[in-house]
Amino acid sequence: MSALNANHISMTFDEPNGNRVEALQDVSFNLKRGELLAILGPSGCGKSTLLNIIAGFLAPTSGAVLNGNTKLTHSGPDRGMVFQQGALFEWMNVAENIAFGPKMAGVSSEDTSKIVDDLLDTVGLQDFGDKAIYELSGGMQQRVALARCLANNPDIILMDEPLGALDALTREKMQSLVLKLWKETGKTIILITHSVEEALFLGERLFVMAPRPGRIKQEYHLPFAEEGLTKDPREVKTSAEFIAKREEVLSMIWGMEEEIMGNNQAVGI
Amino acid sequence: MSMSLLESFKQYSGISKSGINNQKTSTFGDTEAIGKGRFWSIVSVFTLAIVWHFGSTLGFINPIFWPAPSTVWQQFITISQDGYRGFTLWEHIWASLYRILVGFSLGCLVGIPLGFAMGLSEKVRGWFDPIVEFFRPIPPLAFIPLVIIWSGIGERSKILLIFFAALWIMVIAARAGVSSIKLNKIHAAHSLGANKRQILQHVILPNSLPEIFTGMRVAMGVCWGTVVAAELVAANSGVGYMIMVASKFLATDIVVLGVIIVGLIGYSIDIIMRKIEAKLIPWKGKS
Repeated sequence: MSALNANHISMTFDEPNGNRVEALQDVSFNLKRGELLAILGPSGCGKSTLLNIIAGFLAPTSGAVLNGNTKLTHSGPDRGMVFQQGALFEWMNVAENIAFGPKMAGVSSEDTSKIVDDLLDTVGLQDFGDKAIYELSGGMQQRVALARCLANNPDIILMDEPLGALDALTREKMQSLVLKLWKETGKTIILITHSVEEALFLGERLFVMAPRPGRIKQEYHLPFAEEGLTKDPREVKTSAEFIAKREEVLSMIWGMEEEIMGNNQAVGI
Repeated sequence: MSMSLLESFKQYSGISKSGINNQKTSTFGDTEAIGKGRFWSIVSVFTLAIVWHFGSTLGFINPIFWPAPSTVWQQFITISQDGYRGFTLWEHIWASLYRILVGFSLGCLVGIPLGFAMGLSEKVRGWFDPIVEFFRPIPPLAFIPLVIIWSGIGERSKILLIFFAALWIMVIAARAGVSSIKLNKIHAAHSLGANKRQILQHVILPNSLPEIFTGMRVAMGVCWGTVVAAELVAANSGVGYMIMVASKFLATDIVVLGVIIVGLIGYSIDIIMRKIEAKLIPWKGKS
């Protein structure tokens, strides 16, 4: 069952200095329901542009995003979004943030508070419902962001470097939480990251993107997310296969960087 | 068990700094480490009072130019009992406060929605931008002659002036409040299924409260200054009117009394606004 279909998506825009930038060139893929797709790539490869197009915040120059036969042109509650940081509402406490989606949809307050209680439990913030956002650590804030997104019960969850601003230890814990939520809810997830390790560990499927023009350079199907559900994350990340894949992806990205630098030298930058 | 008077004074005045701030070795520019500085505020007020008192009693200050504190206090007692120029002291104070409250509220009532509209719509912004930017730097007092021609020296002219003073400040504050929102938050609200009206009500509006409140504090200060100045020019009640009439009779004790009342009320207004702000917008400056 297909959850999402990206159909020949291209995106070009003009920079103020007149240069035409090809942010995305003919990107196509099919996402199955319940898949966890990680997208990795150097800065400027268009991965955030791609996510914004899927979310419906940007319209592609050509191509379309489809859900079955329906063309997705605007943002909607069927595609939940988790941002890196700063997207929570500081004027609401934790519980009110999580309740935002159901409340906007007109869900009754009893049902909403049940949803909120369940989710506080799921993300491990049982006693934090009354806390203000600014009282929470960065990791806890991202837990709230995940819960707020889940409260709306979206078909697809889009994550734009959700763990990018966290310290290394918190990040590892949150990776396990993402895997747990993925397994428990069976949601389709697209996750963008800068971290090769994170992409390999979380991405059941992985796109490595290349810049100028932005495109999918390589696709992987990986066993590590499944392993991470049962095994200790450290064990998975230190296994020989994981390390081999990590080196392979890293050298691919290094290659892209050199290519870019080489191009720049050629034009005299 | 009970704290000594000195201890409680130290604690109240903020001399006894607690916790890590005592241990900091580099405090220059560290606003947290310099504590509340209340002790020095108290010293400062007392020093000024003492200098004033002895300056007057020892004859360093000519009472015609600056009367002794005891004279001003005496005047305060007299006027608060007998009133001044047909109104009690409280009626004069209330007259000024009333003009501010009405004018300021009207300024907020018109200015905030207009600022929001300017922050949300290209057309509205384009249309009103030259008007706002033109009137904003003009001191409201420059309109006194016009306002008197339009509405005489009654309540309406003062309220109109205060309205003018508050309006532009509130327009700009509300506009800045709307633009201060992070696109992330709007996108998050969209993807959570909120429609435009809900985003305005639950996201843009509360997000702009810190800027609006800062605007209100600035506007309150300007309004208070404007009302007193307007009363100096044309009025038949109010604190500024008191000062103006007293000056014509060279009654400097009443002038000084009026000045002190103006200062104290202005200070109190700001303290009240700050208290409301801390209560209403606890997240300000913390994200």
